[in-house]
Amino acid sequence: MNDKALSQKAWLLIAVILVAGIVGVAWYSQTTKQAEERVLTISTTTSLYDTGLLEDAIAPAFKDATGIELHFIPKGTGAAIQDAMNGAADAIIVHARSKEIEFMENGYGVNRKIIAYNFFVIVGPENDPAGIKGLSPVEALKKIVEEGRKGNAIWVSRDDGSGTNTKEIALWEKAGYNYSEIKKESWFRNTGTGMGKTLNYCNNVRAYTLSDMGTYLKYRMDGLIDLAVLVDKGEELINIYAIIVVNPEKFNKDFDGAMELVKWLTSREGQKTIGEYGVERYGRQLFYPAVEVLEKKSGNIYHWIVKYGFIENNVWSECPAKYRYKADIKFFEAKMS
Amino acid sequence: MAWEYILDGIKQAVHLIVTADPDIIEITLRSIRVSGIATLMAALWSFPIGIMLGMHSFTGKNILKGFFNSLLGIPTVVLGLILYLMLVPFGPLGFLKLIYTEMGISFGQSLLITPIMISFIASSIEAVEGEIRELARTLGAGEIEASIAVMSESISGVLLAVIASFNRAIAELGIAIMIGGNIFVKGSALNTRVLTTAMQMYTARGEIDMAIALGIILLSIVFAVSTISNLIQSRLA
Repeated sequence: MNDKALSQKAWLLIAVILVAGIVGVAWYSQTTKQAEERVLTISTTTSLYDTGLLEDAIAPAFKDATGIELHFIPKGTGAAIQDAMNGAADAIIVHARSKEIEFMENGYGVNRKIIAYNFFVIVGPENDPAGIKGLSPVEALKKIVEEGRKGNAIWVSRDDGSGTNTKEIALWEKAGYNYSEIKKESWFRNTGTGMGKTLNYCNNVRAYTLSDMGTYLKYRMDGLIDLAVLVDKGEELINIYAIIVVNPEKFNKDFDGAMELVKWLTSREGQKTIGEYGVERYGRQLFYPAVEVLEKKSGNIYHWIVKYGFIENNVWSECPAKYRYKADIKFFEAKMS
Repeated sequence: MAWEYILDGIKQAVHLIVTADPDIIEITLRSIRVSGIATLMAALWSFPIGIMLGMHSFTGKNILKGFFNSLLGIPTVVLGLILYLMLVPFGPLGFLKLIYTEMGISFGQSLLITPIMISFIASSIEAVEGEIRELARTLGAGEIEASIAVMSESISGVLLAVIASFNRAIAELGIAIMIGGNIFVKGSALNTRVLTTAMQMYTARGEIDMAIALGIILLSIVFAVSTISNLIQSRLA
């Protein structure tokens, strides 16, 4: 009885010391490191995040330049905005103008800057059962509806309130369909999730979807999908990424840090980082820097960015004057006929 | 293709583990730390409650027990959502600054495993309570000594409660992703990527070898912890 009780105690002691030791050391190393770091939390879109641009290129380069660490929380544009409205982010990087305007109108966001663009593409099976290759986006969607109703094609929507989803809804409306009606039809499927997962799903069921170019290229080049780009022409497919800083009068966030990020992203170095990302690995750019195009004030892309990315307020601007706040940076404006 | 793809993934996963890929090690250590702290925190309040429930009878005891039992299977995503709403800076508990931190995940997981710990502890004590107390009394023990005797007899059940709680915590995804956010910046001390969130991300990104490697590690941890607990239990018995 005594022996047993003794060995019981010994074993228990060993177990307790083991656990306490491991956790204690881990805890200590954690808390001592934590105090030294300045961190910005950025809510962002999955389409930008899934490519690795933010984590693999922007975060390390920005940390080298400023010592500030960036934490990205990837969600759809809608959820990213909600996150910021809940006070969880210092800034957002998103791509859905209508939602961005709403965010700023409600007083949550200031100092919007356009940082990059690329294009949305309609992708689908190589053999293209609906025969949309080379059509305009609107014609292609009409064709998909027609063939879908015949049972020859499947369309997959992200349906997650993301920027890509917002663009998709706008395209459906342009083609003359009501998104909330058409999504009830049997050939129309919703994933409710990010771009990468949606592409994987499309690949499995041989379906069509709208994707941002960056995510599509990464997945295609990594051999995860064998879908083909079928529609990539048309100005309405332009995809414009902007950063918006959280209004410091709404929440006590790191406004100065967020503004440093805005400046860095629109600086020569930041724009170079964006433009060069993926070239080595995928043989082509995933994202195009926007600042240079805006400075030149000419060319097709410039006009498309103004039309699809700027906000109208007598003059078109990337950030109308009423949404600017203590910003010592330049905002682009344009007159459109 | 079918099996090659999986075998290839496993091969690369083993390579990643054997070569001690630093990212994998960091994620693994974080996972153990986060869930270890969660288990300690849960133990802090679960032990007294569990012991009280197991040893004493009082009005409302069965309701209380039923309450904890019904929480045993709470879906982690539901708890994750509730915690997200509570912990965002705008939420009622926002001032704690726990969202997107390791400590936040630990806090969430500790709530998740509290019912497990309490129920396991209470029932393991109840299982021996009557008999041992009687026995101790007949041998001339006082009230407190008898209680200590009950405790030491149910020790292996209590250990099981702690192990089961840790394993549930380290294997859950819902809270880790919603409260943690799966943040990872190389070399940062404030990351929140743990084994489960990393697995789901690598699967989504199609980086299957990393996902498999993390899966193997997660399983190994769960098995190792269970084995050690079995060993200790057999020594205690």
